[in-house]
Amino acid sequence: MSLKEPLFEDQRIRFTPFDYEKDPQIESRWSHNPAYLRMLGADIARPLTPDQVKKNYEEIEKEVDEKRTLFYFAIRTHGKKADEEERLIGFARLYWIEWSNGTANIQLGIGDPGDWRQGYGGEALRMLLRFAFDELNLFRLMAVIPEYNQSAIHLFARAGFSEEVRRRQALHRDGRRWDMLHLGILRQEWQAQQKSLRTSPAETQVA
Amino acid sequence: MDTPLFQGELVRLTAVEPQKLAESFSRWSRDSEYWRLLDSGPAFVYSPQRSKEWLEKMLQENEHNLFMFMIRTLEDDRLIGEVGLDGVQWNHGDTFIGIGLGEREFWGKGYGTDAMRVILRYAFNELNLHRVSLNVFEYNRRALRSYEKTGFKVEGRARKFLSREGNRWDLIFMGILREEWEKAQ
Repeated sequence: MSLKEPLFEDQRIRFTPFDYEKDPQIESRWSHNPAYLRMLGADIARPLTPDQVKKNYEEIEKEVDEKRTLFYFAIRTHGKKADEEERLIGFARLYWIEWSNGTANIQLGIGDPGDWRQGYGGEALRMLLRFAFDELNLFRLMAVIPEYNQSAIHLFARAGFSEEVRRRQALHRDGRRWDMLHLGILRQEWQAQQKSLRTSPAETQVA
Repeated sequence: MDTPLFQGELVRLTAVEPQKLAESFSRWSRDSEYWRLLDSGPAFVYSPQRSKEWLEKMLQENEHNLFMFMIRTLEDDRLIGEVGLDGVQWNHGDTFIGIGLGEREFWGKGYGTDAMRVILRYAFNELNLHRVSLNVFEYNRRALRSYEKTGFKVEGRARKFLSREGNRWDLIFMGILREEWEKAQ
């Protein structure tokens, strides 16, 4: 990697701040889909009005600015082609950052089922890992994922995370119990992976 | 029904009195070893005033999912620590638990284990939870043994989570299910 390589842009998506005009409508729509909310974690599914979403944005930005224990990005498609608009598709965040230990939790969400399984999550995760390890200089990350969210588990495993904790029966959904999984990745594991990916001589030269 | 819910063999759990607990808390916070066994964040010293404000704010903000108690000895009613169920998730019946004995002379004598037994009974028999979770640091052998004695099982380790004195240590996750707890009674 190099200083010139953009941190907030990949091939099809970019990390951006909130758009207080447009985003709340879209996120309010996502919040009416319990399948989406339940994939994210243990919270109680609850639909939100655009105003409630806007209030959440304000609280998130306040925490980012004042406490520095959270970094949060809105994920958007580029909209580079003439027939394609820039479009909000999800969020990416690092939360519960402990600076003295160099640790944080990591989470992604792609809101619209039409955007699932399109490779956006993989791109977003790649960018967020680079931000965590090369910009924040963290030491390790943890993803907390319900056992029933197999696509997220595979996504994080492909990116180099391994299962570290299995909190038995910590979730109760539709009459049955599921485990809560914690997946972790160390900085050195991520770095080793970057090295093995870096095959072209041009790129090694930059590093 | 007439089980003394808040009483064990060595200790009892009493209501948090912010002023009293804050005074002890401030004194305990000056014991850096205590801090490092209790909290993953940087050890720091806190005044009684600041401790009280923090306590009151926390109790107020988490009224529905935090159940915190002071630990007092049965023998002479001395305040020796605190214990709390923190972040109760009512929809799943899960909670985390935290315990700290600030008074060092009561370490390794069964007071913590006794307090843990009392609060587990409260979690399962009063709150009717399905499981209880906790975190313990790899270097805190005494706590790990005590939790195992109370019935907790290791559910995994966040590798090298803690950085202390130039070493990295795991953050151990433990849990106990209602059925495991019931069987042990």
